[in-house]
Amino acid sequence: MDVRSLTIDQVQTGLRNKTFSAMELTTSALAFAQAENPKTNAYLLFCPERALAAAAKVDELISNGEILPPLAGVPIGVKDVIVTKGVRTTCGSKILEKYIPPYNATAVDRLEAAGGVILGKANCDEFAMGSSNENSAFGPVRNPVALDRVPGGSSGGSAAVVAQGTAVVSLGSDTGGSIRQPASFCGVVGVTPTYGRVSRYGLVAFASSLDHIGPFSRNVADAATLLKVIAGRDPMDATSAFSPVPDYNATLGQSVKGMRLGLPKEYFAGLASETASKINKGIEVLESLGCTVEEVSLPHTEYAIATYYIICTAEVSSNLARFDGVRYTARSEKSDTLSDMYRNSRGENFGAEAKRRIMLGTYVLSQGYYDAYYLKAQRVRNLITQDFAKAFEKVDALITPVSPFPAFKIGEKVNDPVQMYLSDIYTITGSLAGIPCMSVPCGNTVEGLPVGMQLLTKHFGEETMFRLAYAFETAGGFAG
Amino acid sequence: MIITEVNVREVAALANLTLTDEEIPRMAADLSGILTHMDKLNELNTDGVEPMSQVIFENEETATLRPDVERPSLSNADAVANAAISGGGFFKVPKVIER
Repeated sequence: MDVRSLTIDQVQTGLRNKTFSAMELTTSALAFAQAENPKTNAYLLFCPERALAAAAKVDELISNGEILPPLAGVPIGVKDVIVTKGVRTTCGSKILEKYIPPYNATAVDRLEAAGGVILGKANCDEFAMGSSNENSAFGPVRNPVALDRVPGGSSGGSAAVVAQGTAVVSLGSDTGGSIRQPASFCGVVGVTPTYGRVSRYGLVAFASSLDHIGPFSRNVADAATLLKVIAGRDPMDATSAFSPVPDYNATLGQSVKGMRLGLPKEYFAGLASETASKINKGIEVLESLGCTVEEVSLPHTEYAIATYYIICTAEVSSNLARFDGVRYTARSEKSDTLSDMYRNSRGENFGAEAKRRIMLGTYVLSQGYYDAYYLKAQRVRNLITQDFAKAFEKVDALITPVSPFPAFKIGEKVNDPVQMYLSDIYTITGSLAGIPCMSVPCGNTVEGLPVGMQLLTKHFGEETMFRLAYAFETAGGFAG
Repeated sequence: MIITEVNVREVAALANLTLTDEEIPRMAADLSGILTHMDKLNELNTDGVEPMSQVIFENEETATLRPDVERPSLSNADAVANAAISGGGFFKVPKVIER
């Protein structure tokens, strides 16, 4: 057994054939992950007791001859913005350095109920704000493919553990590209499902109208399996969708012949040439499978970044108001009055990017600016969503790059927030519309850096998206 | 939109956020750069476009009411377990009313 390259299917086969027990697998996966972690800093914490207890339950099922649940024994990493009862959850922030949640996120409950084994909590940008994982209070994550480069963000740790082989799959969160961009930088599969497809209960809120939980994996089938387990209506999240969850894996392998793909012209202008050539080669693979390709237009794309950063920072300023030094562990010690205690606790414990976004959000919501910024952005968000609706009248899926460039060097963009925000251009439009999107590997640059191709479909079009991604993978598209 | 250091201090007060003297000029420059980019939205005429505050899609059911029955909630001990300072089952804070 090589824990680095295991898939869910291989774990299940190994357990069923008694090649290894869940305890043996968990023990070696933990040992490997703990030994490898110093290279990347991808895990912030390991929870061996919880992992071994989960494995013991799986072994009990096996010895009782019961049917194995879909994630039985699968080693999983969970992004540290998703709460785990009794296991420290920091959100990559000093302000939650000692926070022990009293409950589980619904997604965590569901994956553990399906036999999943959580090995530990994955590093991320503070409160999931960032595109490089350099905003974690506990140090940056290094990209396992090239250790001097960023893994992307904000779910950099979740992408890295799957790429490094220190988890089979992982959970991340995506608000403006935080699953897809790190997946593309690390050369793994990352899925942002339809908004509301997965309950946000227990996902520490960053921008509530944009936040999603989604899977990372090394192949399409594993992402489909994990999504099916965590998706579905949850009474604890009023925005979670009622739609029944299809068996995504059932349609994998069906032909994609005749599928109509759209290439939004706004996404290909000004694209770095090496990324462009990889994506164009990927499109040729899809054409060779019988898909038809046409150019489409999403005319409001150029307004997406401004729209996104107004809406998300407004929601940040509201959501992060709860971190006030009273309920969540960290408190400034040098304050005599209540209001100084609030201000100093926040000032001393939030990092630079969190502060920047709280300030921006407070500004755009403040008296005299609400209409000009926040309300205006909400109207443009509607226009961007309509762009997609019109495109999906003509095509079944859209194909775009994930990022304008591959993984950049650690420190390269850290001092220029505008440049960092602009790098999210291809991922935030889908987030604003709330449609399902995913990143699949699409070959490497000459330097060996992974390039990701993005697939987007209409609301609840995950089956089409997975089917297309699987056909691309099977045709060898991941290798470029 | 250009943000001055005075603006930064005002917004920081609204946000209940202490910024150091070193942080303030940097914040003014960062916010100015970002808000200048955001001013791009003024190019667009959005008259008659509905603001979108939530993702909207066709879904089979929308009723979100649950039966009005008691459910277990966090115990008092669990609720204050993560407090910076607690006592007697309460969150402790500095004196609120000045005399």
